[in-house]
Amino acid sequence: MALLSFERKYRVRGGTLIGGDLFDFWVGPFYVGFFGVTTIFFAALGTALILYGAAIGPTWNPWLINIAPPDISYGLALAPLREGGLWQIVTICAIGAFCSWALREVEICRKLGMGYHVPVAFGVAIFAYVSLVVIRPVLMGAWGWGFPYGIFPHLDWVSNTGYQYLHFHYNPAHMLAVSFFFTTTLALGLHGALVLSAVNPAKGEDVKSPEYEDTFFRDLIGYSVGTLGIHRVGLLLALNAGFWSAICIILSGPFWSRGWPEWWTWWLNLPIWSA
Amino acid sequence: MRKHLTLLAAIPALLLGGCEIGTKVVEQQGPNGLAINQIQHKATRKIAADVPPPPYELTPDMRTGDRARDVYQNVQVLGDISVDEFNYMMASITEWVSPADGSVENGGCNYCHNPENMASDEIYTKVVSRKMLQMTRAINANWTPHFQNNYGESSEGAGVTCWTCHRGNPVPANIWSGVPVNTGKLAGNKRGQNTPLMQTAYSSLPYASFAAYLEGDGNVRVNARSAYPSQHEASIPATEMTYALMMHQSQALGVNCTFCHNSQNFGKWDDSRTQRVNAWYGTRMVRDINNNYINDLGDVWPVNGQGIYGNRRGPEGDPLKVNCATCHNGINRPLGGAKMLRDYPALKGAHSMVNMPTPPAGAPTTTAPATTTPVAAIADTKPAV
Repeated sequence: MALLSFERKYRVRGGTLIGGDLFDFWVGPFYVGFFGVTTIFFAALGTALILYGAAIGPTWNPWLINIAPPDISYGLALAPLREGGLWQIVTICAIGAFCSWALREVEICRKLGMGYHVPVAFGVAIFAYVSLVVIRPVLMGAWGWGFPYGIFPHLDWVSNTGYQYLHFHYNPAHMLAVSFFFTTTLALGLHGALVLSAVNPAKGEDVKSPEYEDTFFRDLIGYSVGTLGIHRVGLLLALNAGFWSAICIILSGPFWSRGWPEWWTWWLNLPIWSA
Repeated sequence: MRKHLTLLAAIPALLLGGCEIGTKVVEQQGPNGLAINQIQHKATRKIAADVPPPPYELTPDMRTGDRARDVYQNVQVLGDISVDEFNYMMASITEWVSPADGSVENGGCNYCHNPENMASDEIYTKVVSRKMLQMTRAINANWTPHFQNNYGESSEGAGVTCWTCHRGNPVPANIWSGVPVNTGKLAGNKRGQNTPLMQTAYSSLPYASFAAYLEGDGNVRVNARSAYPSQHEASIPATEMTYALMMHQSQALGVNCTFCHNSQNFGKWDDSRTQRVNAWYGTRMVRDINNNYINDLGDVWPVNGQGIYGNRRGPEGDPLKVNCATCHNGINRPLGGAKMLRDYPALKGAHSMVNMPTPPAGAPTTTAPATTTPVAAIADTKPAV
């Protein structure tokens, strides 16, 4: 792939977190770096282990391949490979690959002298995954509480885990997470539409400036958050969506064992009206 | 600034205020990774109550001798047992249902009997007791499919007594009756839902599901049989009624949905645990109790507010009826699975049900392992499709 004329200027040495000049080069458009190598290592090993798991499993149907966590009776110990050990190693590989990817982002930020917003945002996604397969299982005392790796199997897990609390939509953190997910798509939809509307004026007219964008929303709802502000809002909404997703599953089990509707009885039992 | 930091530190404490802190008791009941598990809070979970011992030992000698029907008058149900066993049963029933000063006016024998004429049926409770004895005998003879799966080969002695429901009360603690659902006009009419009650697990689901499924013969048949949207089996309100019934069953047994179901497909018997078959029979047993015994007593039940009995009917005038919680009391095996019937053989009758329902095709017949041993391999954990 051809190097774009301006790219060479930004391809600077240094900024690495580890290893100095080791792997401090590009392959085509991709920066490699130490963490690029570890990303490839963990991702390749994890994928190979999933394929191995499929090979010793009952099916090659991609919907049904299932790498299941160990039985709960294994607690937080290592399990034999065929009885969940594979899941444990794949989990280590996944966390290794995700964290390597985040640290590679950090190194690129450092080379470019930018803030760490992208790796921090990706870190929230990693946190959500780690909540499911490490934090909650550790709090519950067994790796068996993690979700299985497989398309249908993980959906079955989600469904059954939800029904362990009778009606998961009553989970307050789930409510927040769902609201943030919806609001994220709303904000992105509005933002995308607004930008496209400004750069697609009627034939023969000039592209409209951000002042037009701001005025549109001032006319509509009395306020515009502004060109920079909308990206702050977007990041805040998106990170909250992932964060509260993680919280809603960490609460379920370690901190709540009943139906989620029952949690709201704290409101019914407030001494203001129940005394 | 310091004040703000203090407030900031208090937020996690506030957020955790609604939580259950402390040890959980868990049980894996399905293949690993399928999330078919029970979770209970150790400190607040329900523990099976103690079973009262028999008044005295019932020896084989005592079961011989004259039959009760030949010695006492007007013995219509327990006439086939010996006089000694009859008295043993009367002593037991008194302790179970109306112990001395369990009161309606001091309890004891006189709760049902006229002490001047023990044979008389003049007190309504005696007529009800007779029906309840017939019911208990019929349950223990006919409805064994509801509970024998839980005992495997050793189900001998498993069954119900008066104590299973009554627990020393003339009226069991957990009962239901018809409820008004259309109250008020536009404002304040909650259309029989949006009322947080234990029976709907405090959800917004409709609360009149007992009348729909636990008497009469309504069936839970709402699951679509295909993934396509054109083959709805039931309306959303009908579906919510069944969801409400399931909430009750879950609350009554202290379990979650996955105790019976693989939620991938609630209606599919092949993927369900044996407990779902038990529940299927249990629903029909409860219906049999309500239809053929409690409702069948009709006007024997005193009208509310008359006499000394307080309310023996609900606000709609129908008698107080049985649901899953009446026996289960928040525990998946009532009385912790104690084989109480063993000490009271007179409470088991002869099998008498002509039209015993047969379980649906595909229903599992063996006890699913509530296993603590590892499930063998990945081969066992594939999702059923």
